[in-house]
Amino acid sequence: MRTMAYVLRRLGHGVIVLWAAYTLTFLILSALPGDPIQILLGAAGASAATPEQIDAIRAQYGLDRPLWAQYLESMAGLFRGDLGLSYASGQPVAQAIGQVLPSTLQLAGATLVLAVTGGIALAVLAAGAKRPWLRSGLAGLPGLGVSLPTFWVGLILLQLVSFRLGWIPALGAHGLAGVILPALTLALPVGAVIAQVLLQALDAAAAQQFITTYHAAGLRRWTLLLTHALPVAGLSLLSVAGLVTGQLLGGAVVVETVFTRNGLGRLVETSVAGQDIPVVQGIVLVAAAVFVVVNLVTDLLYPVFDARTRPTPAGRRTARSGLRNGRSGAQTTPEYPAAHPTQEVTPV
Amino acid sequence: MSSPLPLPSRFPSRSEPDRRSSSERSGPAGRSSPAARSLIALGLAAAMALSGCGADPQTAAGPGASTPARGGTLRLAYDNDPKCIDGQQNGTNNALNISRQMTDSLTDQDPKTGAIKPWLATSWTVGEDARTYTFKLRHGVKFHDGTPFTAQSVKQNFSGIAALGAKAQLASTYLAGLKSISTPDAHTVRIAFKEPNAQFLQATSTMSLGFYAPATWKLTPEQRCTGGLVGTGPFELDGYTPGSGARLTRFADYAWPSSLPRHRGPAYLAALDFQNVAEASVRTGSLSSGDIDVDQSVQPQNEELLQASNFQLAARPNPGVVYSFYVNTASPIFADARVRRALGQGIDRPELRALLSREQSEATSALAASTPGYRNRAGTLSYDPAGAKRLLDQAGWHLRAGSDIRVKDGRPLRVELPYWQNAPFLELIAQQLRGIGIELELKRVTSTQQTALKQAGELDLLFANLTRADPDILRSVYAVDAQNQTGKHRDGIDELFDRSTATVDPAERYALLGRAGDELVKGGFAVPLVELSTVMALAPQVRGFHYEASSRFQLYDTWLAGRAGEGE
Repeated sequence: MRTMAYVLRRLGHGVIVLWAAYTLTFLILSALPGDPIQILLGAAGASAATPEQIDAIRAQYGLDRPLWAQYLESMAGLFRGDLGLSYASGQPVAQAIGQVLPSTLQLAGATLVLAVTGGIALAVLAAGAKRPWLRSGLAGLPGLGVSLPTFWVGLILLQLVSFRLGWIPALGAHGLAGVILPALTLALPVGAVIAQVLLQALDAAAAQQFITTYHAAGLRRWTLLLTHALPVAGLSLLSVAGLVTGQLLGGAVVVETVFTRNGLGRLVETSVAGQDIPVVQGIVLVAAAVFVVVNLVTDLLYPVFDARTRPTPAGRRTARSGLRNGRSGAQTTPEYPAAHPTQEVTPV
Repeated sequence: MSSPLPLPSRFPSRSEPDRRSSSERSGPAGRSSPAARSLIALGLAAAMALSGCGADPQTAAGPGASTPARGGTLRLAYDNDPKCIDGQQNGTNNALNISRQMTDSLTDQDPKTGAIKPWLATSWTVGEDARTYTFKLRHGVKFHDGTPFTAQSVKQNFSGIAALGAKAQLASTYLAGLKSISTPDAHTVRIAFKEPNAQFLQATSTMSLGFYAPATWKLTPEQRCTGGLVGTGPFELDGYTPGSGARLTRFADYAWPSSLPRHRGPAYLAALDFQNVAEASVRTGSLSSGDIDVDQSVQPQNEELLQASNFQLAARPNPGVVYSFYVNTASPIFADARVRRALGQGIDRPELRALLSREQSEATSALAASTPGYRNRAGTLSYDPAGAKRLLDQAGWHLRAGSDIRVKDGRPLRVELPYWQNAPFLELIAQQLRGIGIELELKRVTSTQQTALKQAGELDLLFANLTRADPDILRSVYAVDAQNQTGKHRDGIDELFDRSTATVDPAERYALLGRAGDELVKGGFAVPLVELSTVMALAPQVRGFHYEASSRFQLYDTWLAGRAGEGE
């Protein structure tokens, strides 16, 4: 019951976040130089429209009214679930977004699978490597992964796999075949972050007393790593969920362009360039909602995995201290995001 | 592995917006930074090193195949998605190229001579004052949904376009001043204008004045952007998704081409598959790997390699106003006609050739050579640095010791030029102008930013062009009562424009507009620079690919060798 109340309160906060994001975007977009109507009607040197004609169209879109009236109107529309029509395509914004969302969700899903498995594998291998050179080599990979430009990696993959080897067509591949290369490209930086955070957490966990004790008791190195250190360190991954979500959304802009996927990223790019205000507003709303949900889910998951945040019977202090330290190890990671265990952990 | 993949190490090495004329864009997509571009080049070089030998491009399907074959899907890739494929509304090339395949026009224009030919109208008469046009319509023409095309269709479409106002980016200017449309009988339509409107006949040949069925007119303009477009053309719209592309299929009952195409009856191709492929290197790669048949936007630096690797380049200079500086006469610097003229005289146009694509040439008139009525006026555009310096001296802009930029009242002769087009020759122009003491400061912006600056009145110069297969485009750009891009006051040039709109005889009309062009150059309002060409790359099996008069393509005669029967 208390969880329920907590979720409701968090959802309430989410609504405020959405409203703030929407309002901020509205203000920024209306402060931009350049008239979206003029841009819609043709670039400078091309538009043959007379000022009267332009005014007529501005009135059609309601852009002739004072800013506050436009804002109230758009908020009212929002409550009716009406995000307006795209200036460029004339489609309802919800439809324009709905058309491209599945493609981006597919990309994000496939990327997550690759990034999480790859990132965990790399971190575990690095943490478990006995030879120092192998270890430092593996530990250096995440740094490389985040610094390779996505655009470049994508084009290289396309050149090799699609154009040279002809394994997957660059255009028109559907399903798994169509998503594998873009997901791989995007999984590189995402997986790198996961590996880096996890590796540090694993190291911190390995330094803990209980691990040393188990080791002394004769547990094998890999067993220890996989069955004891990993579950402790794995918790640190929850806290990068927000960061990863941001990487997925931002990375989609580049990856979808390179791989000719008609997704949310492409829509963002073309809508911002063309000052298609209703669409930009709609996408900001969707992105904000995604962040709200991801953060909420993350916070709800903490008590499931983290013993400290749920009712605890007395007398298990040893394990708890291990857990706490495991997590605090991760918290010192520089990339550690704001989306974070929260001050408002589920009431105990 | 017959020939290498066309991948130069200098591949997409410079930031590259599309090559469409500025006239024809609604909005650009964002561009990658130059840094990102160099990284791509690096990446491609690495990819080549890794893979060793190149993949083979599609080999030509039977060199002897010259009899048109029926069937097959032509796959075309374009750069920026038009978002709205209604050619009546959207004036961007990528929209018009789709729209031309779905709709027919009253007349057609011979790309070689500029002559207007019958199409859906079998004959016409133009009133002596160029205010009234009477068209006799072809019998038996029908829309894709089976409804007949009649005089009523013409009325519904033209009055509908006029009602769209500025939303009909090009078409509304063609129909400006529309007074009435009457339909004496089902196959006669009479169109009257308030003022003389001699450009209208050529306008009836454009896809912007193509026709839709009554079913289409039941939709809102917004809905018409993405679907429900029922025309009379050789292909019908199957579906369109903004950002993705459009699919068109052959209209089996088509039997009314103009006299210009080489065959009659339905189109050869079974279907057209238009795809939005934003990344230039992906279009080139997909052409090489056989995933597309036509790259609608070839980058100049790739032309040579594409040609060397078996691909055909289809190029045609765009008719209309060439890439020019429209000089803002309201700016403090250019209010003085002497400074404007010095600007034109300080540019060595033949020297620009070194930086142009092989399909491009320097301007020889305010109008491109492919414009009907064009005359070579290179003599009026000659390079005269001494004369330019004299003019600047007279205007009070003097050289000071220690600087090669002229100064007047303590102000340096510095002109900012924000532009978005792919125009490397501007660098050379800036260098040439420095030679006469003018500093041209080039600033790469988006077309959105350029439009915003133009609106704010902050531009001294606007770098632009405008495509149309009629010299009337000069009037659209420069006339005081049209766009008036230079902000000039009414003068003798406008009188020439006015006379041209009332002159029905093409030769006479062209002569008047030609004189107006000369005057625009002489007065330093227009500084013509370079012609724009449309360049597309075709796979070897593509045959019968034609540009119409305004350098957009007409795929009615196009066929695929070696893929016949497919999709039949």
